[in-house]
Amino acid sequence: MTTTLTPYPAHGPRKLKVATVSLAGCFGCHMSFLDIDERLLELIEHIEFDRSPLTDIKTVGHCDLGLIEGGLCNAENVQVLREFRAHCKTLVAVGACAINGGLPAQRNHLDLGRLLTDVYPQGVPNDPELPLLLNHVHPIHEVVHVDYFLPGCPPSADAFWSFLTDLMAGRTPHLGHGLIHYD
Amino acid sequence: MAFDLETAATPEGLRRVAIDPVSRVEGHGKVTILLDEANRVQQVRLHIVEFRGFEKFIEGRPYWEVPVMVQRLCGICPVSHHLAASKAMDRVLGAHPVTPSAEKIRRLMHYGQILQSHALHFFHLSSPDLLFGFDSEVQKRNIVGVIEKHPDIAKKGVMLRKFGQEVIRVTAGKRVHGTGSVPGGMNKHVSRADRDGLQRDIGQTLAWAQDAVTIARQLHESNAVLYDGFGSFRSNMLSLVRADGAMDLYDGGLRARDAAGNILLDGASDQRYLDLIAEEVRPWTYMKFPHLKSLGREAGWYRVGPLARVQNCDFIPTPLAEAQRQAFIARGHGVPVHATLAYHWARMIEALHAAEVIEQLLADPDILAGELMSTGQRVGEGVGIIEAPRGTLIHHYRVGDDDLVTMCNLIVSTTHNNQAMNEAVRSVAREYLDGQELTEGLLNRIEVAIRAYDPCLSCATHALGQMPLDVSLLDADGTVLDHVLKSHDGSLQRDLAAPVGLPA
Ligand code: SF4
Repeated sequence: MTTTLTPYPAHGPRKLKVATVSLAGCFGCHMSFLDIDERLLELIEHIEFDRSPLTDIKTVGHCDLGLIEGGLCNAENVQVLREFRAHCKTLVAVGACAINGGLPAQRNHLDLGRLLTDVYPQGVPNDPELPLLLNHVHPIHEVVHVDYFLPGCPPSADAFWSFLTDLMAGRTPHLGHGLIHYD
Repeated sequence: MAFDLETAATPEGLRRVAIDPVSRVEGHGKVTILLDEANRVQQVRLHIVEFRGFEKFIEGRPYWEVPVMVQRLCGICPVSHHLAASKAMDRVLGAHPVTPSAEKIRRLMHYGQILQSHALHFFHLSSPDLLFGFDSEVQKRNIVGVIEKHPDIAKKGVMLRKFGQEVIRVTAGKRVHGTGSVPGGMNKHVSRADRDGLQRDIGQTLAWAQDAVTIARQLHESNAVLYDGFGSFRSNMLSLVRADGAMDLYDGGLRARDAAGNILLDGASDQRYLDLIAEEVRPWTYMKFPHLKSLGREAGWYRVGPLARVQNCDFIPTPLAEAQRQAFIARGHGVPVHATLAYHWARMIEALHAAEVIEQLLADPDILAGELMSTGQRVGEGVGIIEAPRGTLIHHYRVGDDDLVTMCNLIVSTTHNNQAMNEAVRSVAREYLDGQELTEGLLNRIEVAIRAYDPCLSCATHALGQMPLDVSLLDADGTVLDHVLKSHDGSLQRDLAAPVGLPA
């Protein structure tokens, strides 16, 4: 891919502020994002990271773009997702897990209570530090409005690049030939 | 349990400080610290707070799906899970050993993964602390800051990772979550064009990998007091080792050493891990605590990963990395190095070793041609162990005559290091936090210790865990999507009045 980046027009010279998070995901979508390789050096001329597994910022500030990897498997995921929605102008469901629950949703056909008592026959312990678990793994659009869906497990680096390039140029993101994958 | 600072004598009334999420570590962990009125540290815990249940939902799936499914345990080291599951399934099928071509392509894939993951771990996630200092500005303390201040160093990291990812792509078909390895062998050769492309870049890659070792070593030597002492504690160490004592990250027998370097067990068959290792559950984390059965749960815990591997083996079978290993061993003056930050130095030695192994394998004609699949007499059960980037990784399956998995047990690298990571954060808390007014920089030291072991706690969230359950999930309109209750006797119920399925 040789597309060059142009600044996000709505903000003039200001960099696009981007937050990312992995909810119930495997970090593979983040890895694929980093697979833009040396294009990362160019990208950071145009974007600035807010809360992300790549930074030490722990709460999400006002952002132009929020990229969400992973579905919802516990109450903390839901809280983080709502924070992202409240703080990000544009919210993107990235990858199979965020879009439809992905592989973790395979547990949805199992009775969670029975599983827990199977594995911990001595009694299921409690600790208030552990977030409340949801009975099912949910895709994020069931809980908040999602602006864009970037499919794939994970989406390819070129799909990320093309998506961001469009967004920064003020175009509606469009994934061209070969960039839409579901595996 | 007698682990110091694990449990406060009287937790009531203590001040709670949480590091949540642990950042530049994939966000499934948090640390809680309990302090008394004088800011004395009374309790420190690393919690794994997520649950995904892989071991259970793999049951009932066809065995040939498993090497592809389990990659989703971790996007940073998917290849390790892909190959550990494949190795276990080779045993299940009696297809062991696999053909030379299959083994060499798998090894190529695996060493590609070691290189890319180690590069990510050191450059993208840990180097900001090491280059800028633990108290440096939060906004700059990340890979973007490194790119801006030290573009030459950052570029090496980005390019080393890229090369490793490319090795994975040409062997697995895809950089993240490929499909190259199958039970009994591999599904494709490396193409000549792909091989040629990688060979073109291997010389430069080796040079960068050597620079990476130099960077890690110089950091260590330039501030020896900090690097030797920070989060340091003595422990046993465990890894796979080749029969002749060489480092081998793909296969071998289990070897453990005690804190003084004496060998506790050696050449143990990977198929026998259950005789050697037991796991214990504690109520405040989803992650279990493995230990050597022979030593018991208080004395038997150990460390895995680069620090253990570099010292557990007798030699590294490639010359550049072995020379670097000698320098590392010399640092210990005759006793094992136990420093937490020495993980980074050992990690870069392994990255160099991986580049050397890749160079050898690329020159081997077996990766381009030859039988890919073997067959044999099915036995229905198998264990696959591999040295993943973060340490020893165990996959164990039973498969019925109908091809469906009946049992899955996984002990992942992060889990092996669970006690060690807890000890590391307690050591740091004792030294830096005790009696202090806590600042961001002081707290960051806790995270620096965790990052030395693991930049990604993702794989540790596979198991069924323990958690309080009483939660409703509402959608944007306030409709209940999900609800589960835990009653006081500990039994669990669904609230049958609430819709528990996915909405249509
Ligand atoms: S979509 Fe795939 S790569 Fe992305 S988080 Fe989910 S399992 Fe990982």
